[in-house]
Amino acid sequence: MSTFLAFLYAAVLSGVPLLYGTLGEIITEKAGHLNLGVEGMMYMGAAFAFMGGYISGSPVVALLFAIGAGVLGALIYAFLTITLKANQNVSGLALTTFGTGVANFLGTSLQKSSVSVVVVPASVVNVFKPLDMGFLSDLPVVGQLIFSHSLFTYLAVALAIGMHLYLNKTHCGLNLRAIGENPGAADAAGVNVTLYKYVHLLVGGAICGLGGAYISLVTCAGNWQQDCVSGQGWIAVALVIFVSWKPAKALWGAFFFGALRILKLYVPASVISLPSAFYLMLPFAVTCVVLVLSSIRMRRENQAPAACGVNYFREER
Amino acid sequence: MAQYAIELHGLTKRFGAVVANDGIDLNVRKGEILALLGENGSGKTTLMNMLSGIYQPDAGEIYLAGKKVNIRSPQEAISLGIGMVHQHFKLVDVFTARQNIMLGAGAHLRIQPEQLCEQFGFHLDLNKKIYDMSVSEKQTVEIIKVLSRGADLLILDEPTAVLTPQEITTLFEILRKMRSEGHAVIIITHKLDEVLAVSDRVTVLHKGKSVATVNTAETDEYALTSLMVGHAVDLNIQRAEASVGSELLDVHALNVFRADGSQALKDVSFTLSAGEILGVAGVAGSGQKELCESIAGLHPIAGGSILMENKRIDGLTPREIINRGVSMSFIPEDRLGMGLAGGLSLYDNLLLKTYRDQKGVFLRRRQAKDEAVQMVKELEISTPSISTQVRKLSGGNVQKVLLGRELNANPRVLITAYPVRGLDINSSMTIYHLLNEQKKKGVGVLFIGEDLDVLLSLCDRILVLCNGRVSAIVNSKYATKELLGLKMTGAWEHDDEEDDYA
Amino acid sequence: MPKLSFAGLHVAQRAPMAAWKAALLRVAAVLLALVVGGLILLCLGYNPLLVYQTMLNGALAKKTARASVVRNAVPLAIVALGVTLAFKMKFWNIGAEGQICIGAIAASFFAYSFDWPSWLLLTVMAVAGFIAGGLWGLIPAIFKTKFGTNETLFTLMMNYIAAYFIQYLREGPWRDPAKNGFPEMPRFAAAARLPSVLGVHAGWIFALAIALFVLIYLRYTKHGYELTVVGDNITTARYAGMPVNRIILRTMFISAGVCGLSGMIQASGANKMLTDSVAGGDGFTAIIVAWLARLSPVGILIVAVMFGVLKKGCASVETVYKISSEFFGILQGIILFFVLGVEFFITYRVQRKKEVK
Repeated sequence: MSTFLAFLYAAVLSGVPLLYGTLGEIITEKAGHLNLGVEGMMYMGAAFAFMGGYISGSPVVALLFAIGAGVLGALIYAFLTITLKANQNVSGLALTTFGTGVANFLGTSLQKSSVSVVVVPASVVNVFKPLDMGFLSDLPVVGQLIFSHSLFTYLAVALAIGMHLYLNKTHCGLNLRAIGENPGAADAAGVNVTLYKYVHLLVGGAICGLGGAYISLVTCAGNWQQDCVSGQGWIAVALVIFVSWKPAKALWGAFFFGALRILKLYVPASVISLPSAFYLMLPFAVTCVVLVLSSIRMRRENQAPAACGVNYFREER
Repeated sequence: MAQYAIELHGLTKRFGAVVANDGIDLNVRKGEILALLGENGSGKTTLMNMLSGIYQPDAGEIYLAGKKVNIRSPQEAISLGIGMVHQHFKLVDVFTARQNIMLGAGAHLRIQPEQLCEQFGFHLDLNKKIYDMSVSEKQTVEIIKVLSRGADLLILDEPTAVLTPQEITTLFEILRKMRSEGHAVIIITHKLDEVLAVSDRVTVLHKGKSVATVNTAETDEYALTSLMVGHAVDLNIQRAEASVGSELLDVHALNVFRADGSQALKDVSFTLSAGEILGVAGVAGSGQKELCESIAGLHPIAGGSILMENKRIDGLTPREIINRGVSMSFIPEDRLGMGLAGGLSLYDNLLLKTYRDQKGVFLRRRQAKDEAVQMVKELEISTPSISTQVRKLSGGNVQKVLLGRELNANPRVLITAYPVRGLDINSSMTIYHLLNEQKKKGVGVLFIGEDLDVLLSLCDRILVLCNGRVSAIVNSKYATKELLGLKMTGAWEHDDEEDDYA
Repeated sequence: MPKLSFAGLHVAQRAPMAAWKAALLRVAAVLLALVVGGLILLCLGYNPLLVYQTMLNGALAKKTARASVVRNAVPLAIVALGVTLAFKMKFWNIGAEGQICIGAIAASFFAYSFDWPSWLLLTVMAVAGFIAGGLWGLIPAIFKTKFGTNETLFTLMMNYIAAYFIQYLREGPWRDPAKNGFPEMPRFAAAARLPSVLGVHAGWIFALAIALFVLIYLRYTKHGYELTVVGDNITTARYAGMPVNRIILRTMFISAGVCGLSGMIQASGANKMLTDSVAGGDGFTAIIVAWLARLSPVGILIVAVMFGVLKKGCASVETVYKISSEFFGILQGIILFFVLGVEFFITYRVQRKKEVK
């Protein structure tokens, strides 16, 4: 039982960055842009959070750096695809190449900059350690499962719920969804399409940046690890399809994939003995299965925003 | 000055090298319906898109109630009280009517949609999803959307193109009601009878210029036509006389479903003979597309049979149909969407169906190039060269390329869907002439049309589709527009379904 | 009053630009990207001119350096040529990375298992690499044709599966027992290594041959015509009676097969063994190469060499200036950003609205 609890807890831990990436990409795709640069933005978030925390020793600065890096990445992508109407697929790939380069460059450069080990000070890392909420955290089962997580986890859950409400209950959310479905209609109805796209793409980038910060500050506990994002951004892009563009569904989708990523540590070798490489493959293989399944069960309500991936130019003839 | 709701002076708009609008002047009073008349491609829609903030003019001025304005976005147009109902509706399919009306306006609708429904007598379920709606319902949503933002200048772009005669009457009633309440209305159209029926004044555009503005009461169809075309034109389409030959196509009890599971065709049966043009009339989306595509082997068939010269072709792919020696050509409605590859050169497009007959691994283009040169000359296709991308040609020339290729194949049966859509009058007349030529050669032509006048004068018989059913097959010599309209909407349901007026 | 605001500017499509002008703009974009890269170097406290000079010297001054430029360019060129076939069909094959791995695995299987004469072994390895890569690429294509499954993400996920499969082989069945404790695969026997021609492994001959093949295939064959039509307008292809699914499967098999062949060349020619990093990001960089070359086979050769110079240059800069060679990734990204962005100025014109008095 306690192993199972520990397993669930670890699943949440490894699902959180996926949740950030997924939420960031959902809001981006709702604005009609398929940004394949999630991996890159998460990398940038990770590296800048690491750098910000290392230099300043302040958790706030670390987070601001991560958000800023995510926004910067998204801004490049947004400028290319919204204003300059460049191909979305390639722009996203370029962003991933760029972000991965920037992050690994920053990381190695920082490590080389000092003779001692470069690590984010405990004053930053500890802030994001699992919280102790007194008696709540001591409750059996729920205490561990619900009331003793990192601030990051609660923020991610709040973001998911907030995004769900925003998309479905507010006027701005309605306008945004209209842009993803039919930007021409939204434009003719007087919605400022360009502004909406920029704002939501940048917000998406900020969220991805936070996901990166989680990886460097929590997963890697403040140490820089080369290639630390290692495909999580890509899983997030696929997760968006898996959860059919719904932030509320993203919650359990991310934690399910989180569970897959740490399965290796919790399946006793006496039950199933697989080489560890196969466990590492698992989330990617399951994503493939998910992609196939979601393409088979086509339902109107579960489709991508109709105009996602197509740039909008008002004067197109 | 202030007597005009809106005034345009010297408005100019260029697209790349093309001048779509060239120094256009136009004005509308309050409580007036102005018809903006012009051929396809004369610049009507471009002009109105500048009023609604979709396009930015390259030069010229717009005055609203005597005051100079700059309309830089649809948002500004709306706040100035300009509302546009686009020809291709600007609606979000997966939203309800109410969501579409609320879109962009947030909580600040000037007039509630319910109130408008009552005031103008619209019958509309505001909670219905757009994808469940008929064309005329969608149009109603657009009109309510515009009015609810307090528009007092209303622009309707080709509002009647997709409506039945009966729906058009209702729409005109509403427009007159708006006029009586002091709205200024601009209606874009290329149909003369509608201009005469509903407008107070007419402004005529020709090749991007405003050539005249006249009072409707003081003009007639012929005067307007010569203004619109630039010279007098014989509007009469002659029905070619040809002897009807043997039966070519026999469609029996055809049932077809769409991808979303709805039934597109129900028990459709008809025959087509050599030397005959069979017209197909119907409200948009009544199954015309599926009918063409299932005959051409592009759409799966759920039941029934299709015989071409006594060979069964239902369930075959286009390739198999060709391999069985069936000679049929299909000219689809969306030419660049299906039929041509827009990014390829003119001559590469001519190879689409014949390249397979070449032997070996390599593709020889010599013959296609010669063919292209000849086609450009014969059909007067205006193109910089035969290696120009088809996408870069104008609508009429694109259609000529497609038609030319299909006719070069010497088909026995020719299926054309809306072949003159988007073409100017001269190009349209050329196309009708080509179809008549085919008929005289003994080809069986299936002609999917939307203009009932054209259907009546060009076709020998007309099949009317209503919700995927054949509601009538009439001899066009004895049919009228009103009859077709009623059959299109199924208003004569009490009659015998298979009632045949032939 | 005309306002000097962003709204005062407006964008419209321009008449088609002359080809030489467009080409000039694209070159200018690359140069501008290098300037921006230089600014970044400047911010980091380096003299960008010296760094770029070191890059060029490091890549081109010595014969051995030039050889390693070619070694860098070979996989980029071959893989870019491979993905070009799929891209022409608008099939987003982002899975080159995985296809390289699988091709390398299949080739290595023969290298590790058989003691054949070199010519036979190498031929079999090349064929195996091509077929294995092709089959691997066929999987997403099958799902694409059957269910319309998104190929971008599918091919991408398969990259990771392929990469982890190499890890499995390295840690398990193919682990070299001679290297006690350290999980590594053995080096190829001499017969399984691509011979060296003019100082570089024979992969460059493959690259040239494949470029010629792709050029002819795309422009002069019925297959090339078919896949171009499918890429331009799939509905029209169906309408014309083309066997669309077969074309997609066939093209994807060849596209992925070429990538797989590149895997064999990397393992047999460059690394002389199978390693985890046999693809090493080349699959992604090659996509950028293909895009920059606008899917032209000759252009790909040129861009691949340019990237080979950049990569080698960044490596030599690392030894001289202690600037991490990861700078290559950054530079690559910036170049692509600029080239993507410049297309806008080729298609559209930006103008201030004329005020008419």
